[in-house]
Amino acid sequence: MNGFVHSFESLGTLDGPGVRCVVFLQGCPLRCVYCHNPDTWDKTKGTVFSAEEVVRRVSRYRAYFGEFGGITVSGGEPLLQAEFVTKIFRLCREAGIHTVLDTSGHGANAANLMPLLQETDMVLLDVKMTTEQDYAEKTGGSLRQAMDFLSLLERQRIPVWIRQVVVPGITDSQENLFRLADLLADKECVQKVEFLPFRKLCKEKYDQLQIPFPLDRVPETTDAFCEEYSNRFYELWASKKKKR
Amino acid sequence: MDHKNWTGFSGEKWKENIDVRSFIQDNYTPYTGDESFLSGPTERTRELFSEFEELLRQEQEKGGVLDVDTEHVSSLTNYQPAYLDKDRELIVGYQTEKPLTRGVNPFGGIRMARSACEAYGYKLSEKVEEEFTYRTTHNDGVYRVYSDEMRKARKCGVITGLPDAYGRGRIIGDYRRVALYGIDHLIEEKKKDKAEIALGVMDTDTIRQSEELFQQIAFLQKLKEMANMYGYDISEPAANAREAVQWLYFGYLGAIKEQNGAAMSLGRVSTFLDIYFTRDMERGLLDETGVQELVDDFVMKLRAARHLRTVEYNELFGGDPMWITESIGGVGENGKPLVTKSSFRFLHTLYNLGTAPEPNLTVLWSQKLPEPFKRYCARVSVETDAIQYENDDLMRPIYGDDYAIACCVSAMKVGKQMQFFGARCNLPKLLLLALNGGRDQLTGIQLGPQMEPYAGETLDFEAVRGRWHIYLEWLCKLYVNTMNVIHYMHDKYAYEKTQMALHDTDVERFMAFGVAGLSVLADSFSAIRYANVKVVRDENGLIEGFETTGEFPKYGNDDDRVDQIAKTALEEVYSQLKRNPTYRGAMHTLSVLTITSNVVYGKKTGATPDGRVKGQPFAPGANPMHNREHNGALASLNSVAKMPYAICRDGISNTFSITPDTLGKTVEQQVSNLVGILDGYFAQNAHHINVNVLNRQKLMEAYEDPQKYPNLTIRVSGYAVNFHRLSKEQQKEVISRTFHQAM
Repeated sequence: MNGFVHSFESLGTLDGPGVRCVVFLQGCPLRCVYCHNPDTWDKTKGTVFSAEEVVRRVSRYRAYFGEFGGITVSGGEPLLQAEFVTKIFRLCREAGIHTVLDTSGHGANAANLMPLLQETDMVLLDVKMTTEQDYAEKTGGSLRQAMDFLSLLERQRIPVWIRQVVVPGITDSQENLFRLADLLADKECVQKVEFLPFRKLCKEKYDQLQIPFPLDRVPETTDAFCEEYSNRFYELWASKKKKR
Repeated sequence: MDHKNWTGFSGEKWKENIDVRSFIQDNYTPYTGDESFLSGPTERTRELFSEFEELLRQEQEKGGVLDVDTEHVSSLTNYQPAYLDKDRELIVGYQTEKPLTRGVNPFGGIRMARSACEAYGYKLSEKVEEEFTYRTTHNDGVYRVYSDEMRKARKCGVITGLPDAYGRGRIIGDYRRVALYGIDHLIEEKKKDKAEIALGVMDTDTIRQSEELFQQIAFLQKLKEMANMYGYDISEPAANAREAVQWLYFGYLGAIKEQNGAAMSLGRVSTFLDIYFTRDMERGLLDETGVQELVDDFVMKLRAARHLRTVEYNELFGGDPMWITESIGGVGENGKPLVTKSSFRFLHTLYNLGTAPEPNLTVLWSQKLPEPFKRYCARVSVETDAIQYENDDLMRPIYGDDYAIACCVSAMKVGKQMQFFGARCNLPKLLLLALNGGRDQLTGIQLGPQMEPYAGETLDFEAVRGRWHIYLEWLCKLYVNTMNVIHYMHDKYAYEKTQMALHDTDVERFMAFGVAGLSVLADSFSAIRYANVKVVRDENGLIEGFETTGEFPKYGNDDDRVDQIAKTALEEVYSQLKRNPTYRGAMHTLSVLTITSNVVYGKKTGATPDGRVKGQPFAPGANPMHNREHNGALASLNSVAKMPYAICRDGISNTFSITPDTLGKTVEQQVSNLVGILDGYFAQNAHHINVNVLNRQKLMEAYEDPQKYPNLTIRVSGYAVNFHRLSKEQQKEVISRTFHQAM
């Protein structure tokens, strides 16, 4: 079983628990306006790897994983290559390596999704936007699709960390927080919600690819704002959960 | 023998023979808890420290040297006692008559002493000049014997940094012996050893050893006199904790008054002293605050140690380092951790007295260290960037559980082993010499086997390897011979009397060779093998540059194709060195460590096939070349971890810089992740790592505006420096290094 790989990051501490080796796959069905990795969009531009080769590489970092670490498969959108990821995760599990899937919930079909989730220890789900209109406009995807995926994870009892990139003028409003808290109010599988600051380090990549960066004029989000935003969210979320 | 000052201590073996290890094993109290017991600085400590800081400020203002005493020759009893604040100091003793004033030590070479004085606007006194007209220095001796080839190799920089003009250092006196046994007993034992030698055959070796013992005994006497000048009688064992610290420090002070060795390391004292602290606490004489005060005061004294250096020396070893390396932690041969509360207390001085590069706190890391201690160390790294880690699980099987680190990464059994320090040879430069048939393209110097320059247009891997082997064989022979000359003369004219008096009479010796530019060499071979390397010639037909096209694997990406090349190069160097016999039968050892000399070495080396341009600094130690790592931090660590310690027993240094954000979101996560990284790295038999957790931005700000972070401490290559004490060139090189960063 082969797949298209963009790159490896041997030290990932931000994509799931503990020290993790992150495998970035190539290809993505979405076109988020703030995308940090435009170089991963086109599936055919990746390097072809077999699942065994990927796992052999990841295994080289086993000694660092400790109690909580492991592999995170990210992208691009890994669900575009669900069968490849399934094979990677199965091999990892056999080797005792904890498996995390970093996804938007888009790109898989019903037939290949279930086998993948059976090999997945945890999911990082990016809820990109909180209205159907924003989702379609700013990413080309669907909120409904993301929420259906989350419901599936809830039924499968797979632990989830929700993530959202805080973009000034797009996902930094109080309304956005309300809607997100509503969306997550009844989801017991959600352990944590992470707000990531919008950054423009990716500008260079856009220039290299000669693609205009849509948010060129939008300022970066400060860490302080993110922290405060996150605090507000947790208060709201707690009160919504209580009301239920 | 027994002594009233040993009351309360267990065990017998250490009483019969000089055996500090047994004393520790029989008496230490392991500690498996966390740092919550620690005490902050007392009022006294704070006041004394602010007086000290004022002196440091003045020193910095004067360009790094506060004052030079040009009237005396540095030795144990040549200066009147000095104090910073006599009423407040718990531990006393400075090298000269004023704190931070540097003494002159011409035993290594009078020219160097003279030029060091002049570099800071002083003039060596007539008196000292006169005295050394009638003396042979170590430097004189070496140059009487150096061959033309040795001089040429030194001049063109294929071997540099050799200790032929400064003290060799890297010898650790077992300063604990002074506290545990008192000077009289040590003298008595040395006299017995000397008498015994006379019963055997008197030949070159035994006569030399006998004379050395005479000198050792004389200097133990001087050590006593020196302490007497400060009002202490150290003939007997220390009676309490404060005396133990003071006696031990007097031992160290004597050593740095006598010798200006490059690295004057302390050894492994924290767990030893912990035994005295615990005894005094049990007797109700000290509480935690009192113990921490003693440790803080002792460390303050260590931070005041200074040597007068030449400009050339500072280029090699930037930042005015002393390498007062203190090895902390580790595990006993019985599997029990050697961590005590005092392991924490020494690290805690970085908070009580602020971060600083000295003493060079070195954690001997083992998978078996108590978890709270691991976490505390990681926290100290995240918050101070001041400590380094070395793999105890790798060293303990070789050196036992009472070894210490000299300098950066050189392990030795305390009081039982010493080394002949040998700087390093420049591997990329050797490759260029081989290609040009022994002609140095930069200086025009011809040396080594003479051949026609490589004739082809593109470099062929096998052909280049063939040349490489011829020149490597030649260089290794020259290197060993040069070292033999240097250390014969060092023993003859600048023997370390105080330090060797605090060793067993029969010591085991290492001869420590080193290499610089490992990653440049490995990537160059890789380029030749996997890409296309065309040569560019100068008007004389010598190769002066390369045009490299195509991809090739680069060291630092956990790619065996090139990592194996690096490993093979080390094996080849070591086996060639071993073919040449050493002075005093020393065991050959090898290091991959550059200190800050990677900058100078790079400057003296033309362009290399890996794409490095002429004059560009090498990566330090065993580090991958800057910004050639494309698979993240752990891939880089894995590449370094493959370098074989079994043949690099003098250490494999890796300096690792990571941004805080990349290590984790919160300090707690950063601490956990760093513990995981250290466990993982060392589990693969890696030897050493310097950890810096900081942003490049901060260094750039410090570079532009020195006032912004005046105490910025960073790890460079086996030691820590105050960033502002590096030359601008060295600062730039540090800034250009890889900072592992999440994208």
